[in-house]
Amino acid sequence: QFKVHIVKGVKCSNFYNKSVCYLCVQLSLSVRAAQIREELRQGVKKPYTELIDVTWGDPQGAGLKPLTFARQVLAACLYPKLLNNERLPADVRQRAEGLLHECHGGSVGSYTDLPGIPQVARQISEFISRRDGGVPSDPDHILISPGSQWALQVHEKYTAMYKFKQLYCGGGGVRSGVLTPQPSYSLSVMSVVGLGGVPVPYQLWEEQGWEVQVEELNRALEAAEGECDPVALYVINPGNPSGHVQRRKSIQDVIKFASEKRLFLLADEVYQDCIYKENIEFLSYKRVLAEMGPPFCDTVELASFHSASKGLLGEYVCGFRGGYVELVNMDPAVMKHVFTIFSKDNAPTPGQIALSVMASPPQPGDPSYPLYRTKQQMQTLIKDNVRKVHEVLNSLPGVSSHPVEGGAFAFPRIDLPPKAIQKAKDLGMEPDIFYCLRLLEDAGLFFTPGCEYGQKDGTYHVRYAKKRFHVEYKDLNTKIKQYYFSLAGFAS
Amino acid sequence: MSATRMRFLSPRNLRLVHRAPRDFLGACSGRQPGGPSCSTSLTSPHSVSSHMCRALSSLTSSRRGLPKEKMSENGISRPKVLTLDTMNPTVKMVEYAVRGPIVQRAVELERELSEGIEKPFAEVIKANIGDAHAMGQQPITFFRQVLALCSYPELLNDNTFPEDAKNRARRILQSCGGSSLGAYSPSQGIDSVRQDVANYIERRDGGVPCDPENIYLTTGASDGIVTMLKLLVCGQGIDRTGVMISIPQYPLYSAALAELGAVQINYYLDEENCWSMDINELQRAVNEARQHCHPRALCIINPGNPTGQVQSRQCIEDVIRFAAKERLFLMADEVYQDNVYAEGCQFHSFKKVLFEMGPEYSETVELASFHSTSKCYMGECGFRGGYMEVINMDDDVKFQLTKLVSVRLCAPVPGQALMDLVVNPPQPGEPSYNSFIKERTATLSALAEKAKLTEQILNTVPGIRCNPVQGAMYSFPRITIPQKAIQEALEKGQQPDMFYCMKMLEETGICLVPGSGFGQREGTYHFRMTILPPIDKLKILLNKVKEFHQKFTQQYS
Repeated sequence: QFKVHIVKGVKCSNFYNKSVCYLCVQLSLSVRAAQIREELRQGVKKPYTELIDVTWGDPQGAGLKPLTFARQVLAACLYPKLLNNERLPADVRQRAEGLLHECHGGSVGSYTDLPGIPQVARQISEFISRRDGGVPSDPDHILISPGSQWALQVHEKYTAMYKFKQLYCGGGGVRSGVLTPQPSYSLSVMSVVGLGGVPVPYQLWEEQGWEVQVEELNRALEAAEGECDPVALYVINPGNPSGHVQRRKSIQDVIKFASEKRLFLLADEVYQDCIYKENIEFLSYKRVLAEMGPPFCDTVELASFHSASKGLLGEYVCGFRGGYVELVNMDPAVMKHVFTIFSKDNAPTPGQIALSVMASPPQPGDPSYPLYRTKQQMQTLIKDNVRKVHEVLNSLPGVSSHPVEGGAFAFPRIDLPPKAIQKAKDLGMEPDIFYCLRLLEDAGLFFTPGCEYGQKDGTYHVRYAKKRFHVEYKDLNTKIKQYYFSLAGFAS
Repeated sequence: MSATRMRFLSPRNLRLVHRAPRDFLGACSGRQPGGPSCSTSLTSPHSVSSHMCRALSSLTSSRRGLPKEKMSENGISRPKVLTLDTMNPTVKMVEYAVRGPIVQRAVELERELSEGIEKPFAEVIKANIGDAHAMGQQPITFFRQVLALCSYPELLNDNTFPEDAKNRARRILQSCGGSSLGAYSPSQGIDSVRQDVANYIERRDGGVPCDPENIYLTTGASDGIVTMLKLLVCGQGIDRTGVMISIPQYPLYSAALAELGAVQINYYLDEENCWSMDINELQRAVNEARQHCHPRALCIINPGNPTGQVQSRQCIEDVIRFAAKERLFLMADEVYQDNVYAEGCQFHSFKKVLFEMGPEYSETVELASFHSTSKCYMGECGFRGGYMEVINMDDDVKFQLTKLVSVRLCAPVPGQALMDLVVNPPQPGEPSYNSFIKERTATLSALAEKAKLTEQILNTVPGIRCNPVQGAMYSFPRITIPQKAIQEALEKGQQPDMFYCMKMLEETGICLVPGSGFGQREGTYHFRMTILPPIDKLKILLNKVKEFHQKFTQQYS
């Protein structure tokens, strides 16, 4: 039976607790979801025959076919006999040969030097420069890591720890703070906490489609006074879970703010390829910073994170774990230490190969291009589905969802009936946890409760991975509707 | 749970991941910088002008086509947010000798050679890191076939792949989300892989039971080791966690402890006794440490790195008794478990010995044991596959551990798949069995031969003394450095063995790691050299070391 006490113990009373408890809830709900799957397998009767898990932004787990080119290159690198196999296209074999040539001993089984396989670092820097309209990128300022989460965590080690003031309190220190969006990806918050830093929450503006507001940043900074010494500002663009995509003006404002308040910018840009709204484009912090010119472009310190696990191409390789961070304006003396830390943890070679493909996909004229192109076109289909799901959700009374701009997730607001809220409180649960638990039990739908990401008091949300709907959305829409109305039972 | 089984690693102590909010904000002002390991980190010289002159980003300098020095003159005088003075001081303490200055110089030399610059050698030989494939060791064909099939399942229709490789690939894919190697796995690792690991451990340990729930798949062994240390480190001042590590040690441990601000407690291995562990020495170390910290864990590397010793069963029993008596959490780094070469030596896992010592120990002593795909006969470092098994861990702590590993989502799935193949290789009767055995035996017997050869040749050099390389992948010979050389090194501000290794690199192109990177008794000097180069190359290498040492000794005496 479901261990309610675990969920009960989870009181999302403040920002810190929320981040710490995130995985408790997630784990408890996951445990229950696994149990339900098992029960279904054993033939236990339920109002549904299959459990649909929309908690993850992992399209491959949801049955999407992998990108052939990436898999072929990897297979040839793993088993170099395939370099002579005519069944693999020539560009695949050529790519694999080039990569193997730069691996020590010609094997993907050896360690790589920093920042990673040299060819991959070069490809990434060319990719960045292309993406950013020609703004140069130095491969020596790129570090490849096992996933962006990991890189972010490592990076926070430099910024988010103790800033010692030797004379203060006889050698004691002031904790470093990191301004962190709310709602935000809880794992990031957790890692700030885990590293001994203080997350300083700033609320995203839901009414304005989850926009970042400078006034709110100011407020957060002032609120942190006396509690910690804020040294870094963490931004997620496109937003997770909010799905908001920042425009140039907004990014400029954030950069100016960081410059004025002397904050190190940590830009989490792993969803840069996931843009769903027409007529908007992803702009990287690096690009906007460079285009702002002096004094900003020379001074504002920035670390920008990207990953092979997300985005249009990379989405087929989450499990390979490849990410990178590009460092801009970092003090070279500090950079030396960053390299030391990264040198302890070699990025997995398969992940590096995934990054190579993401940064340098097949080009027109290459044998693999036509197949790759159809994959790209599939994205249009996904975009359509994402929009449809959004429409269905928004048509439900009590559900309000912002137009889906980008990112892998959506974060609709749910108005819960007072009776449901009361019932949850009686059980000692956060109302949205209760809602998600009922959704899981009664409808076989596995959503993530919004309290795990941080939300304004009295508002409730759920997070879902948009692309999951690509596969099962029709079925899902019906279910959401059905369930939503069954919940109305609490209202009567 | 009875009082005797009470665990000292309780959630209450898990400050890192489970700190009460008030404590979290309030404790900072009283925090001491984590004992001796951090106390010297705050003294780097501060110079505003140097900040100003520091190279600005390549972005702006190349954008405007200006030389970097000019950039500081355009009126920008603000120091960076993140400088040596303001960065996390524990990070500055981190050193990683196996990829330290010598290796950086080796990379430079390689580049200079490729640019046609004259050197007294034709190639750089990197004997600094246990990277078997870089040294020409061939991968196990079966493993790579299965991985290739998993990455590109269309190949399942290719009749050049053996049936057992295909079956194995299908089985792995079935247990992956969406039948794809590209999907995230559960944080603890793919269920069926953990099951296979558990079966492997049971077989290895003569039937001692193993619960897959105790298995965590990790990103190489390092990830597991660091994760466990994170769980263990807490307390302030005299209550700060101390972790016992051997000297010499593998620098991952000292680096992780420095980063976590834990207290490193050194215990010395007995060089005169083939680098064995000595309980009296452990006792000395723990007694002294109790004066200034709270010793809570004991790390053992068996077979040893860099020292190559293989622990006897008796020694392991003694260590377990010691850990029980002193209430220490045991961390057994057993990544070289297949790398045992010396006659009469055998690998005994801590788990097996623990369970054979009876319930008094097997039900109480907490143990984490680590393994990886990077060493042994496979040497697949690039995949970052590994696992850890935790034994007798408090259930609540285990929940916290699961949470902690969830932060990094999951270990790389190709590495998990490889780990699965390592613990579940081809079986007798399967098409790939014979070639697998042949490849494995060839690699292991070549390593055994190279271990012996290394010891023999090094011991012919006056001034070099090498203990038998019983296991693992390295020799760690003691070298006599003449007084004059020591003097010159110290004048240069270098450790004498760093000076020695740097000179060897410049003159011979051989890249070794100085003993000071691993720790050694004061006044003794060593280097670590891998036994991995192909045998012909190894012979040349050893003879070059011999010549160099003789020349060096002559030059400085």
